This record gives sequence, structure tokens and C-alpha cells, in this order.
Amino acid sequence: MIDVLYFAWVRERIGESRERLETRAVTVAELVAELVARDAAHAAAFADLTGLRVALDQQLASFDAPLAGVREVAFFPPMTGG
Amino acid sequence: MSVRVQSAAFDFAAEAGAFAQGLPGVGAIVTFTGIVRDQAPGGLRAMQIEHYPGMTESAIAAMVAQATTRWRLADCLVIHRIGELAPQAPIMMVATAAAHRAEAFEAAEFLMDYLKSRAPFWKKEITASGAEWVAAKVEDQDALSRW
Repeated sequence: MIDVLYFAWVRERIGESRERLETRAVTVAELVAELVARDAAHAAAFADLTGLRVALDQQLASFDAPLAGVREVAFFPPMTGG
Repeated sequence: MSVRVQSAAFDFAAEAGAFAQGLPGVGAIVTFTGIVRDQAPGGLRAMQIEHYPGMTESAIAAMVAQATTRWRLADCLVIHRIGELAPQAPIMMVATAAAHRAEAFEAAEFLMDYLKSRAPFWKKEITASGAEWVAAKVEDQDALSRW
């Protein structure tokens, strides 16, 4: 099982802030493909990956990063703090 | 070294005063305070700041740790607010203390640049015509390359 978290407009587009799911994905990109196949809301949120960032267990990562051992994946737009 | 992520307002003058206490060998203190700019088209009613609890604190702690290895800092302070903020309210502040001003200024700028695009905060502007997520600026991303 893996926890998937969404923030900012990604959260709004999907309509959930987190979900727990079973996945066979080996990489983040494969997980995204599984999520996109679920419904239109997920497909809309992941339509343009260049506008998205991903963190694995709260560390920024890339979309080709492996998921082995990862418990928490978060998707969000580029950060706008400060 | 102190990092605070909070919904409560803070008084930057009081924070700066408290920060400046008990710093032997320090010749320079730099403080920066970010304010909610009230210039959204249509007039800003509020700014909402979302964050990623857990990652926010660890990401800022990592930036502070990096700053302390690059510059000889006697102390540093980062405060960042979350939740709903009124126009002109302080959003965040950074304070750095060092023996000399160059180190204090550089470390403060470094922390600011990293807070802008590497700490998981997202701003949403609430205006009379609706709500809109603030888009990240390319300049803010590019600013990291100087470090």
C-alpha cells in the first residue's frame, strides 16, 4: 500500500487530499499512468507533467524515480512560498 | 537556529529584537520580512497559504543546515505563516546573524531564494472575482542557480 497526497490545484482537480492504494508501479511515471487511467479528474490533474512536481517520502524526486520502499508520494504544482 | 511554521500572526519587530539578544561575536544581523502584497487585479481580499506538513519543516531545516555550512552563522531564524492572511500582513521572515554583514546578507538571500521555490508552500489569492493559485515565477526558479 502506498499513500498518495495532493496539494494546491492538484488536490482541487482530483477532489481528494490523499488516497491509499495498491500499486504495481515500479516508477513514479508508472504510478501516474495508473492514476490517469482511474477517472477524468485524475487524468485532468496529470494532463501536463511539466507543471507538476513530485516528492517521495517528503523529498523532491523526478518522475522516473523508483518507488521501491516508498510509503508516501505527493504531487503538487511548483512551490510558491516566501 | 529556529524554524517556525505557524498560522498565528507574528510581530517582526519583536521577533527581530528577541533574535538579537545574546549573540556574542556577532557584528551583523540581517532581517527580511515578506508582506502580503495587495495588488491582485480586482483587489486582494485574502491570501491562503497551503503547505505540506512534515515536508515543510524538514525542507526548511535542510536549507538552514546548508546555509550554516556555507556561511559562519551565529544564529538564524525562519518564520513562515500558513492559512488565511489579510492583505499587508507579514507572511514570513528570515533573520541571520554573523560576525560580518556579507555573510549575514548572503545567507539571508540564500534562504529566501530556497524558501520561494523549494519549501512546499502554495499561495492562493482570494479576490472579488474569485480565487486563483499563484503561478511560480521562472525568475524564482532561476535564482537558485546563483548558489
